[in-house]
Amino acid sequence: MIADPVRTRVFRHTFLVLGCLVVVFPIYMTFVASTLRLEQIFQRPMPFLPGREFLRNYYQALFVGGRGLGGARAIGALVMVQNSAIMAVGITVSKIIISLLSSFGIVFFRFPGRPIAFWLVLFTLMLPVEVRIVPTYQLVSNMGLLNSYPGLILPLAVSATATFLFRQYFMTIPDELIEAAKVDGAGPMRFFRSILIPMARTPIATLVVIQFVYGWNQYLWPLLATTERRFWTLMIGLSRMLATADHQADWHIVMAITIIAMVPTIIIVLSMQKQFVKGLTDPEK
Amino acid sequence: MLGKRVIFKNKGLPYLLLSPEVILVLLFFIFPAVQALLQSLYREDAFGITRVFVGLDNFRRALSEPLYVRAIRTSFAFAFSVATSTMIIALFLSALANNVGKRAMTYRTVIIAPYAVAPLVAGVMWFFLFSPAVGVLAYGLRFVGVRWNHTIVPGHAFFLVVLAASWQRIAYNFLFYLAGMQSIPDSLVESAAIHGASPGGRYWRITFPLLSPTTFFLLIMNFIYTFFETFPVIHQLTQGGPSNATATMVYRIYRDGFRGLDFGGSAAQSVILMAFVISVVALQFRYVERKVVY
Repeated sequence: MIADPVRTRVFRHTFLVLGCLVVVFPIYMTFVASTLRLEQIFQRPMPFLPGREFLRNYYQALFVGGRGLGGARAIGALVMVQNSAIMAVGITVSKIIISLLSSFGIVFFRFPGRPIAFWLVLFTLMLPVEVRIVPTYQLVSNMGLLNSYPGLILPLAVSATATFLFRQYFMTIPDELIEAAKVDGAGPMRFFRSILIPMARTPIATLVVIQFVYGWNQYLWPLLATTERRFWTLMIGLSRMLATADHQADWHIVMAITIIAMVPTIIIVLSMQKQFVKGLTDPEK
Repeated sequence: MLGKRVIFKNKGLPYLLLSPEVILVLLFFIFPAVQALLQSLYREDAFGITRVFVGLDNFRRALSEPLYVRAIRTSFAFAFSVATSTMIIALFLSALANNVGKRAMTYRTVIIAPYAVAPLVAGVMWFFLFSPAVGVLAYGLRFVGVRWNHTIVPGHAFFLVVLAASWQRIAYNFLFYLAGMQSIPDSLVESAAIHGASPGGRYWRITFPLLSPTTFFLLIMNFIYTFFETFPVIHQLTQGGPSNATATMVYRIYRDGFRGLDFGGSAAQSVILMAFVISVVALQFRYVERKVVY
């Protein structure tokens, strides 16, 4: 590495700190608002330092809820946290298991129709939920799965990304390993369980992060698939609580729920930063 | 070649292994896509009782409607604004962070945090900051003579949507640019330094050109992101308004399909969008193919 002159170094750090401040600013102000009384938020300008209402606001946000549309009381965020978690974990687990199985089948077996199956899966990559949203909604509605967890999870339970990533990874596993397993008398499922899955820890960890964030942050699908409050996820609850004139919203509660809605994914991404960054930017390893 | 040379021999097992994925794909991807294709050829009344075959009429209707053409333009303007602003900022920040040694990780940790934040949450936070009633930034803008109101001024609304989406998206671009820069051999940059290139000159002449594959990849990914993943931002911040200034193609599909109950028109729009996605993804595959070993 080349050492910078002092002036360049000052320039670097100044702009990096500035960039970080811009990134953090909305999150910081949201947090500040979540610790104030409602009338403090309406001051011009609003205070820039956290207030004293942290415990009270978060207690109300989690267990009581704020005013919703037309002043009706919305549900507490605890139910929404639970729904978001069920949806995110359901999507993550099913995507990973389904993709592990299918890429195992595609890489380690020969059978008629194999290329078609592979391309069929990759084709799904081309169809984001947004372009097939109306027919998907009608289908799930006809199956009677609106306002249910399977209805929230199943349409999002396959992943071309995961299948592709596992296939790439399985291709790098040396042939000798399979031969050794066969010599030792291991059947395909034994090989899958005892050798392949433990070896695939890194891509699995990467996908856990990416797919959990994806599932937790879903918006359009739960917006359509849930009409009953007890199935609201955090994203749906937030947007429903703000579907009112902005001078009527319970901003202190909404801001507390906003913080609650982003803390889990931020913790997961930052704590598994290494696997996540490597898996995202370098999917061939 | 799709698989390995050494394989297991079993007739039924591979089908069993693939069945969950194939069934879900057929049920929730292929079937709805075919449905959208069929629906786009029919006109259905809002209650789904009568259904008339109208051929390509829905497409003609959509493409001749000035507001739909405007939605196409808005989508591209939106995608272009988000892609260029995030790429320029991310390139700048990653160029700065690439050379600061251990502290790069601290900066990276902060800058990638918004990747974890939901687009809807980004929308809620910027909505709060720019709310004409309570927003700190809307208030601050008064002192520079801007009476901020994104519920009335189309330009304000468009800017706000771009800002919220870009804020969330810089993280992704930053990660790829940083990874790209770290894979450039030090020796290349060092030899330029020995020949007297300034830090700025080194980036301009060596680093940036070597990053052009990354730039192309990011351009496509940013377009896909802005087209499909920013629906929550628009739905939260502007509802497509004021006077359709922020109504993108995806937002129109939602509004016409679920608010207007015009299933045929909405399906035709889905098909148009699908054609667009397929061509973009094909472009992306051609690029990826060069890197992927089959």
